[in-house]
Amino acid sequence: MSEVIKDDFTPVSYDPQYVLQVNSLKKYFPIKGGFFGKTVGHVKAVDGVTFNLKRGTTMGLVGESGCGKTTTGRTILRLAGEKTSGQVLFNGKDVYDLSAKEMRALRPKMQIIFQDPFSSLSPRLHVGEIIGEAVREHNIVPANEYNDYIDEVMDNCGLQSFHKNRYPHEFSGGQRQRICIARALALNPEFIVCDEPVSALDVSIQAQIINLLNELKEKHSLTYLFISHDLSVVEHISDTVGVMYLGNLVEYGATEDIFNNPLHPYTEALFSAIPVPDPTAKMNRIVLEGSIPSPANPPKGCKFHTRCARCTERCKQEAPVQREVEPGHYVVCHLYDK
Amino acid sequence: MAKKNNDGYLSAAETRRISRQNRKTTNELEKKRKRKNVPESEYLTTMKDPGNAVEFEDLHTYFFTDVGTVHSVDGISFDVPLGKTVGVVGESGCGKSVTSLSLMQLLQRPQGQIVSGSIRLNLGNGKAYDITKTPEKVMQKLRGNFISMIFQEPMTALNPVFRIGEQINEVIALHDDEGKSDESIKERTIELLEMVGIANSEGVYKMYPHELSGGMRQRVMIAMALACSPKIIIADEPTTALDVTIQAQILDLLRNLKDKINSSIMFITHDLGVIAEMADYVVVMYAGRVVEKGTALEIFAHPSHPYTIGLMASKPVVGKKAEKLYSIPGKVPNPVNMPDYCYFKDRCEMCVSRCSGEYPGMIKLSDTHYVSCYRYYDEKEGK
Repeated sequence: MSEVIKDDFTPVSYDPQYVLQVNSLKKYFPIKGGFFGKTVGHVKAVDGVTFNLKRGTTMGLVGESGCGKTTTGRTILRLAGEKTSGQVLFNGKDVYDLSAKEMRALRPKMQIIFQDPFSSLSPRLHVGEIIGEAVREHNIVPANEYNDYIDEVMDNCGLQSFHKNRYPHEFSGGQRQRICIARALALNPEFIVCDEPVSALDVSIQAQIINLLNELKEKHSLTYLFISHDLSVVEHISDTVGVMYLGNLVEYGATEDIFNNPLHPYTEALFSAIPVPDPTAKMNRIVLEGSIPSPANPPKGCKFHTRCARCTERCKQEAPVQREVEPGHYVVCHLYDK
Repeated sequence: MAKKNNDGYLSAAETRRISRQNRKTTNELEKKRKRKNVPESEYLTTMKDPGNAVEFEDLHTYFFTDVGTVHSVDGISFDVPLGKTVGVVGESGCGKSVTSLSLMQLLQRPQGQIVSGSIRLNLGNGKAYDITKTPEKVMQKLRGNFISMIFQEPMTALNPVFRIGEQINEVIALHDDEGKSDESIKERTIELLEMVGIANSEGVYKMYPHELSGGMRQRVMIAMALACSPKIIIADEPTTALDVTIQAQILDLLRNLKDKINSSIMFITHDLGVIAEMADYVVVMYAGRVVEKGTALEIFAHPSHPYTIGLMASKPVVGKKAEKLYSIPGKVPNPVNMPDYCYFKDRCEMCVSRCSGEYPGMIKLSDTHYVSCYRYYDEKEGK
């Protein structure tokens, strides 16, 4: 029953202007079934994602829940077990070719901020330990500078040094998110995956955290992969945007291009669904029917054809490939075939 | 008010004193609540304006906790007109949900109590009940038939061990009029499921909640709330847990249904975009009080209270590029120990000298637009 997973992709070589190169990355999760727990199918969480991330820029990754945004982020960091296929080059090194020891040495350079600041902090460690544990482990600073270093990191993230001896439950949501940011930042990373860092926060706190992330990016020349389903936040923070649907990157390009000139029908529908805080605004909404199909059994051909308003016969048969419509603006759709 | 040391920790003796006092107060209120055979005349009132579906007047809802009394709702007044949508905005913890729970009388008792004020519910034909005095027995008849609620989390609000059909049937069987056959109830349930845009209504009738997606579950919740065609629907953040595309579907649905059954909606959310799209009137709440209210056009075109202005500036808007987002400095004051001046003063960047005085009253800017801020006192009354 189990299908053969194709492992065909053209490897890319290192281009020094990119901190991260992701090439046809696939991550399938097996579905076990039957009496002997045989693999009966796969959930195709990430099904061929290709993009490059320039040094010092922010890429926003948007899409509905269940489209594989988070799995993409985790697979890039090698946090979701082994990849199924594809390449992840971080500064030219394939993350999945490294030994455990090499990987460990690379970890401080690539960090992640999780979505829910209420569950991603250990309730039993005080804040100083949460931030400092990995600093000691990786010998980021000599032992005699350790305390000052932690104070400095906390100060950078808007926390006071007397917070060090407190426990996470004593903090509000916004402050907890600052602790998560401090924890990631303490290791001097080059690249941070921000997995919906503001979606659990109030509007006014959101603004503080977004400003903080932007400041830190300037100060430490960081590169972010910003995963979110809030399009207005993504537009504010990102230089490039990728739109995901059912494990595929359907459109990808500079933020202005994507927001001013969305090409893929899914992107159009997604953008028209954003509520605008202006009661006089005219609505020209494209409402998508139904919900996202199951990634275990995605539709044939173009995965979006079941909900697409501009679907043709060809879309039902043949899966489109990624093509560059404008310079730096990629789209996966038959409508833009020459 | 409880005395506190610098860290905010209370001594054991202090805690004991507070809980003793709380018990006394809540027991008294509970006793009043639990009387039997309350005559109707006690809770029968008249609406100030028969065009309103609900009128909140100077409502105070407190929670008596062991660290002190939390003034969750501290004297709010606003009206929900018939057939209109009123949006209630504010940060978490500002008392939005407690306001709606007070209207439903679903507060966590005995700690949560409506201490004073009134909520007048229009029953039609010139009749109105004061919800704060209505006994539990009568309240059960009002819930569902006159007021119903759509909860925030469609994942947790449905019972996982019953089929969708059974859960909606229950609502119809318990409310509405007596003497319905099982077939007619089922028919009505299927009709409701179709009304909220579920295509495979017969199939969904037999499904369990876990078989449905988030958007579908929210539709089921809406069907359940609409089961008895209530006059007022309280939508407590109905789309916060949903994706934008699904959110657009649900908002469309709510708007259409509102017109169809001609009811009022009290829409609680913290998303200003959703409010702009849905609401006719907007109420902005901060720390248990209404700081500004008016029509949606007024609030979005001329936000007047510094908090409203800050809230609007801190939300990034698609199509408007900003270098840096505005963020309101500071944080919400401790709910147990509220200051005696304007609650927003410590975070406000537009303070005038008078702000250190007592809490500002509501100032009328236009017939429908009210704001509670000293900055407008001079222009209006010179008070």
